[in-house]
Amino acid sequence: MSSDGIDKSRRRFLTAATSVVGGAGVVAVAVPFLSSWNPSARAQSAGAPVQADISKLEAGAQIIVKWQGKPVWVVRRDETSLGTLSKITSQLRDPESNESIQPAYAKNETRSIKPEYLVVVGICTHLGCSPTYRPEITADWMGGFFCPCHGSKFDFSGRVYAGVPAPTNLDIPPHRFVAEHVVLIGDDGEA
Amino acid sequence: MRKTIIVIASLLFPVLGWSAGGEAMFPNDDISVDWDDKESMQRGAALFTNYCLSCHSAAYSRYNRVGKDLGISDEDMSNNLIFTTDKYGDKTKVGSLMTTTMTIEYAEAAFGTAPPDLSLVARSRGTHWLYNYLRGFYLDDTRPLGVNNGVFPAVGMPHVLVGLEGLKKAKKEMKDDGHGGQHEVIVGFEQVSKGSMSTAEYDQAVKDLVSFLDYLAEPYKQKRQSVGTGVLIFLFFFLILTYMLKKEYWKDIH
Amino acid sequence: MSKPNNLMGWIDARFPLTKMWEEHLSKYYAPKNFNFWYFFGSLALLVLVLQIVTGIFLTMHYKPDGATAFASVEYIMRDVDWGWLIRYMHSTGASAFFIIVYLHMFRGLMYGSYQKPRELIWLFGMFIFLALMAEAFMGYLLPWGQMSYWGAQVIISLFSAIPVIGDDITLWIRGDFVISDATLNRFFALHVIAVPLILVMLVVMHILALHEVGSNNPDGVEIKKKKDENGIPLDGIPFHPYYSVKDIVGVVGFLILFSVVIFFMPEMNGYFLEHANFEPANPFKTPAHIAPVWYFTPFYAILRAVPDKLMGVIGMFAAIIVLFLLPWFDRGKVHSIRYRSTAFKVLLTTFVISFIALGYLGAIPATETRTWFARLFTFAYFGYFIGLWFISKNENTKPVPERVTS
Repeated sequence: MSSDGIDKSRRRFLTAATSVVGGAGVVAVAVPFLSSWNPSARAQSAGAPVQADISKLEAGAQIIVKWQGKPVWVVRRDETSLGTLSKITSQLRDPESNESIQPAYAKNETRSIKPEYLVVVGICTHLGCSPTYRPEITADWMGGFFCPCHGSKFDFSGRVYAGVPAPTNLDIPPHRFVAEHVVLIGDDGEA
Repeated sequence: MRKTIIVIASLLFPVLGWSAGGEAMFPNDDISVDWDDKESMQRGAALFTNYCLSCHSAAYSRYNRVGKDLGISDEDMSNNLIFTTDKYGDKTKVGSLMTTTMTIEYAEAAFGTAPPDLSLVARSRGTHWLYNYLRGFYLDDTRPLGVNNGVFPAVGMPHVLVGLEGLKKAKKEMKDDGHGGQHEVIVGFEQVSKGSMSTAEYDQAVKDLVSFLDYLAEPYKQKRQSVGTGVLIFLFFFLILTYMLKKEYWKDIH
Repeated sequence: MSKPNNLMGWIDARFPLTKMWEEHLSKYYAPKNFNFWYFFGSLALLVLVLQIVTGIFLTMHYKPDGATAFASVEYIMRDVDWGWLIRYMHSTGASAFFIIVYLHMFRGLMYGSYQKPRELIWLFGMFIFLALMAEAFMGYLLPWGQMSYWGAQVIISLFSAIPVIGDDITLWIRGDFVISDATLNRFFALHVIAVPLILVMLVVMHILALHEVGSNNPDGVEIKKKKDENGIPLDGIPFHPYYSVKDIVGVVGFLILFSVVIFFMPEMNGYFLEHANFEPANPFKTPAHIAPVWYFTPFYAILRAVPDKLMGVIGMFAAIIVLFLLPWFDRGKVHSIRYRSTAFKVLLTTFVISFIALGYLGAIPATETRTWFARLFTFAYFGYFIGLWFISKNENTKPVPERVTS
């Protein structure tokens, strides 16, 4: 063994090149393994858009639809509950829904396509509990949703009150009305 | 490039026989599936959902995956190729598995044995077997369903495609069996009644169907081969690099 | 410790990291004349890691349940993103593991790597081989196809050849009257954790024993006999960087062949994934022709060659046990085939031919002629060990050089 006549820079270059190319190879191999954690075709199929028939939904009532394994609420609001929305704006954290998740067509005060029908993902934006529907209006409660886990409060549009743990309004899923009284949840026709 | 690799690789290893290998079969014609011929596979998919899927399932496969791979839109798939309903009575969704509505109990009562799932039949039987099996039905009064098969003797399946092919009679001859005895073998078919297709059209239809079954058994095959080509190019490049690195270091060793 | 090595110094005071690095890599002196046959040790280690990683990811989607196992494998192949790649890597890796291990063992036979003072390395290696066979056998049940089912049925039934208690043992292994969900469930547990743990521990012992004694080489001379003034073997070179850069070339070469199989012929024409295994397990219908996967076929051929159930099983296990005893069958002092007698070369060639021939015969259906051939090759297989015992005592060897040749 001797170290005469060794081209150090060539050796360094080859070592670096092999490390970089080999490293890229390892990263490329990691991709399929990490991708295998994505929702599979089965999960996607189970999470496909669902239709809800709301013709029998009475004013003030709520139904729960399962979409992507999550509870989605369809609430038919009456004049009274819609009337509360503009009165409590000052008590809300994000009344304009600027920081919340909803399709553009639901970024309004009622957070809906038709003011009467609210379609909302029933999962608290705090830590994932499912809030309860509390439509009764009392002296100190303007009606809406209440999360029993950590006390977050939302109004009839799923907008969060200020001073509770939940950071943003409840999510509105993509949805559209495929017929007068049939709502398709999970697909709004906008790919 | 990928064809070259496949050819070289298969030259190195002789094919281990399919499970039914070695037995005499008639017909015994070769088929080669063209994976780039998506139209043939689409026609095969239509035949499959129309004729096979009422009894057999393809329960590891999803309609929308088939549609995506073969270029059939979800709407066309739902309107033209899905004939089953889900447990709520609604039309089966395109994301669903290609199951059949026939229960195993009913199938066993009707055919003696439950029709096997066909998702993987092209991998367990091979395309050669399938191509000849589906063209091998002939009239036989001794069988409960009136037909027998030159590839799968005493098969329990009826000739489902009879409307397309019509009916055939088998010409049989006595042949030496190689052990001093003689046994009867089929040497040809004779058309008895016509179906809606000519023989050539029927052969093509079966080829379409078998191509589809071959696709169904390994839907990711083309992706596998194209990824593989990229991987090999990368590895050859890397091999050169690592070899140069080794040479460089080993200059130290005398 | 100097300043830039502060972190290393901190660690080394608490854990022998630098010491281990030096002992096993940068100051492990390996003979400089390693040839092609010396790639397979590091390749076996690579495949072990590959099998563990792919295996872990497969268990995330697989269901060890008789009712859903087969479907869950197809679910992996079709519905899970890139699941087909992970599964093909695992199924091809199993066969690759055996190819590598067989070549690695053949290397040992050629260059006398099992001889004194490396008997323990060989024994640990043989236990690795045994654990690997158990691992592969139990893994093959998991896809729950027809071959999985009937292969397991046949192999577990081997134990029924044991006199008196045989039937009770097979019943106990299966946990049911036939291969069933209970068998699948326990094989799953053994396959994914118990045997791999043993395997990894054995590999560590195999390498520790090797690094204690030092590597053999194609000349079979001890490089530790000739050292320079610093106590470094004259014919030794540090494993790192010289053999690490060399082994990387071997690894890439292997990965090319491995990728050809994974991406272009994952079934290997029915050798790696058998056709009948694409049908779900059916306890009422045996496939027309059942054969174990190719890596078991030499031993399976020996089993079939013996016309008696118990003796066949004994013969099959004896074929593995004699391999364990190889260091004591060989009474020669010369290690490498390069300097051994013609008789040795003839014996080893016959052994290799019979092993391959038995492998071939075990994969195809038995006929009367083939069974006679299988018997002939079985005799040749065992003949190697007996012949070696006789010829090695006073072997007509060539002079062994003092130093390794290049």
